[in-house]
Amino acid sequence: MLASSCRKDAKPDTEQTETVFEGNIASAVKGFYLLNEGNLNMNKASLDYIDYTTGVYQKNVYSSANPEAGRGLGDVGNDMAIYGSKLFIVVNNSNKVEVLDARTRKRIKQIDIVNCRYITFKNNKAYVSAYVSAVGDANAGNGIVAEIDTTTLLIERRVTIGRQPEGIAIVGNKLYVANSGGYSPKNYERTISVVDLASFTEIKRIDVAINLNRMLADANGDLYVTSQGDYLNIKPKLFVIDTRTEQLKKTFELGVRTFCLDDKYLYTVNSNGQNFDYSIIDVDTETLLNRSFITDGTGAKLAQPYGIAVNPVTKEILLTDAGSYVNPGTLYCFDTAGRRKWSVTTGDIPAHFAFIF
Amino acid sequence: MESGRLYVLLRAGFVVCFKPGVAFFAAMCWLCTALYGQDTASVKRLAEVQVIERTNTINITSPTPAQILKGAALQRLNTLSVADAIRYFSGVQMKDYGGVGGLKTVNVRSLGSSQTAVFYDGLQVNNAQNGQVDLSKFSMDNIGSIELYNAQKNTIFQPARGFAAGNSVYLTTKSPTFKGNSKDLYKATFKTGSFGLVNPSILWQHRISNATFSTLNAEYTHANGRYKFRYTNGVYDTIAVRNNGDINALRFEAGLKTAITDSSSWEIKGYLYNSERGLPGAIIENRFNYNQREWDRNLFVQSGFERRGKIYSVMLKAKYANDYLRYLDPDIITTDGFSDSRYHQQEFYFSVANLLKLEKYWNVSISADYARNAMQSNIFRFVNPLRNTALIAIATQLKWSRFDLQANLLSNIINEHTQTITGKTEYKYTPTIAASWQPFKTEAFRLRGFYKSIYRIPTFNELYYTFVGTANLQPEYSRQLDVGFTFQLTRNSGILRNISIQTDIYGNKVDNKIIAVPSLNLQRWTMQNIGRVNIKGIESNMQSGWYINDEVLINGGLSYTYQQAYDASAGAKAKQQIPYTPLHSGSALAGVLYKNYSVNYSFIYTGERYNQAANIASNYVEPWYTHDLSANWRQPLKDHELNIGAEINNVFNQYYDVVTNFPMPGRFYRLKMTFTY
Repeated sequence: MLASSCRKDAKPDTEQTETVFEGNIASAVKGFYLLNEGNLNMNKASLDYIDYTTGVYQKNVYSSANPEAGRGLGDVGNDMAIYGSKLFIVVNNSNKVEVLDARTRKRIKQIDIVNCRYITFKNNKAYVSAYVSAVGDANAGNGIVAEIDTTTLLIERRVTIGRQPEGIAIVGNKLYVANSGGYSPKNYERTISVVDLASFTEIKRIDVAINLNRMLADANGDLYVTSQGDYLNIKPKLFVIDTRTEQLKKTFELGVRTFCLDDKYLYTVNSNGQNFDYSIIDVDTETLLNRSFITDGTGAKLAQPYGIAVNPVTKEILLTDAGSYVNPGTLYCFDTAGRRKWSVTTGDIPAHFAFIF
Repeated sequence: MESGRLYVLLRAGFVVCFKPGVAFFAAMCWLCTALYGQDTASVKRLAEVQVIERTNTINITSPTPAQILKGAALQRLNTLSVADAIRYFSGVQMKDYGGVGGLKTVNVRSLGSSQTAVFYDGLQVNNAQNGQVDLSKFSMDNIGSIELYNAQKNTIFQPARGFAAGNSVYLTTKSPTFKGNSKDLYKATFKTGSFGLVNPSILWQHRISNATFSTLNAEYTHANGRYKFRYTNGVYDTIAVRNNGDINALRFEAGLKTAITDSSSWEIKGYLYNSERGLPGAIIENRFNYNQREWDRNLFVQSGFERRGKIYSVMLKAKYANDYLRYLDPDIITTDGFSDSRYHQQEFYFSVANLLKLEKYWNVSISADYARNAMQSNIFRFVNPLRNTALIAIATQLKWSRFDLQANLLSNIINEHTQTITGKTEYKYTPTIAASWQPFKTEAFRLRGFYKSIYRIPTFNELYYTFVGTANLQPEYSRQLDVGFTFQLTRNSGILRNISIQTDIYGNKVDNKIIAVPSLNLQRWTMQNIGRVNIKGIESNMQSGWYINDEVLINGGLSYTYQQAYDASAGAKAKQQIPYTPLHSGSALAGVLYKNYSVNYSFIYTGERYNQAANIASNYVEPWYTHDLSANWRQPLKDHELNIGAEINNVFNQYYDVVTNFPMPGRFYRLKMTFTY
């Protein structure tokens, strides 16, 4: 009787498991991590894992593996990637990049970077975009990219770029960063910063459109970058930039919410303000294919499609629905024909994926 | 058995944890039995005035549930601001971000904090920007009474705004009590304690003539806001100090009140509150320090005239309010430097209320209010809205000694313009009916009930806050139904001298409820029309006064609330309690008065709840319960009086959050000295 009215002894968060589908012991991709962003100020970023070999979904694996590591994963998990044997998680409002052993999920190190956003890698270095170049200086409104050695996990170099940088990609020996300028809506940024990796200096700005956001580089040396517009008159669009000429190559009239690249296909979830559509762009021909990657009607039922990934071997599509943002989300798996295979309830705002081989 | 144990525990001041509902009702039954077992014939005789004065917090004849804290009952609570006192009422949830300067708003019966109107000396403190009043800004220093009415105050002779809220809090400043022929009353108070609190105030009341007096009151509040808090999961365990919780606030009030004739009076009051404070942010992983600052300046001038006649009475009220809020966020660097948002609001308000006595038992009234609210801001694309509101209430009251019926129809006419939209005029009509009935010969027992529907238009923030506000937000529509009883007995013999109990069962429905979820900082919210909420609850208050001998008086009070507030919108999972709404909550108060000494104990309990919509483990918030103790010593000098009080709050040093990740203080202390001249 007293159980519900009294406080309980503090205990670490525990992992929860459920079997979602029939596992395949021979699966080439062993599984994947799913990062739930969590709502701002709720400190509810969480890490889940799906095991393809068993079909088991494990919730909250970070907290159960690292009970001693402070108050959980933190506040707003913004990006995640695996490099070598390490899992890097960019936790935006906790001002840190969390580095885990990708197998054991044990924390290796926490790297403090204020207002960090996205991560990419090249030649044993990690590159993290971040909003803040100097804390407490009203003139330090530009963002940075921090270069981190993936062995020592120390920040080695920083370069100052545009305001409120977001997506980040590397082609050849150049780093490209999409600048948003989101803190100044009357004066958005409209450029991509080009950083020479050898000297680690910004060598050029490519003018694209206001309020740039996500960015991916394909194997042909093209950048796919989204503009969010001004949420009022200027519509969001998707741009293709040729890195050889550093010129705008093509514009898609798509309000891209989220996208991912697999091989020669860019999968995009687009909103026209009324509903969502689920498109595929062939990046070799830079053409929008005349088909949706969801075909069974599930797409119309999603409230807020939010994160997407494609299994690099089976080509199954993993798509999350963040719902109302304040409720647990849902992860859907679609087969290559666009039919729903399975779904599972996730943490709050499921968003980012990293595959384990 | 349980009731006896509970009572003993209460007396000893060691209620650590209990099943609130069962224990409370058992205790009540036990008390009733104890009372009836003795002398019931002496009901109407007056008991010790002090016993009653110290316990009378219930208005037993009010058709709408009323809870009142005033005089000695108010003084014995450990309070700094009005928010601290309101926590003891039943059916109330405080949203408290912690610390001296932390935002504290009240949510009554789960209707939402924007449905509670706060009246200061009879006129509403309106905030068209966010619809809620920060009760931490109202000092207890000069407050004489706090009243909470579900639905509305139990009168039909009041401004239309009095009919226009889901529930209302009335704050009334102290009236002077001049001694003998003395023309002046001076009071100096100094409070200090934890959080680096330095809080002096002075009050000067002057009798200009027999019918006219003036009041001047000034108060300064300084605190560094630092306190320890602790987070642990059993493995990780951190104690840290809250930063950026400092506050400097100055309050100045001046008033003049005059009785023109025996039946008419006029008053005017000016109020200025000026503050600067830090905004302590959410304590999240790897982030303990914040730099955001806030400045507030609230200024108002209000005046009221009232003439009461045998047949016709009239009440005129007017107010001008000017509010300024500045919010500086050094973490957001724009092309103009640090993000620096400024908000200005102005309100002009005028009200006329007329009461006509048609028969001895029959009154009718008509009240008409007009308010003009404007808001400007330097934030990008802010549309500078202007809202004109007309409220007209027609009401009637049928009152006999054993039956009181009040009914009114409120019409709400709103026209709104912004820089980009020329709004259309909207008309809304909502009724209220309330009745109180004494079914038996005894005056001790009455039944009551009310029905009220009300329409709340979205606030300027909800509508127009750039990128957060939603111009197509639906208005909230709430309906409240309540039935209850009041019971009060006073005697002038025996140990138990006074007992009063009120219990109400209620059902509320809110359609298109607007839910604000805290986001990057306390000023920013994301808006959701979560559809419908079904609220069912029972709340009960019991107060008792005990006479041990001529020198020892004891009083005790309990309040308890059980409340289901389920999200009933389309597609919602069944039986999901809405965020931050506990099923069980309650409070207990006990005090002993011995000669010039008094010792008081209070306990507040808030049960388990959830911080987001889904009632799942990751959204679970632990119950919290705090025990507060105080001791006071009163020394009457010749014409003067000295009061010294000491408080220990949160005696067991419980670390808890009211709002997740905004830690509350552990054990803290306060010392208070008052000299009345």
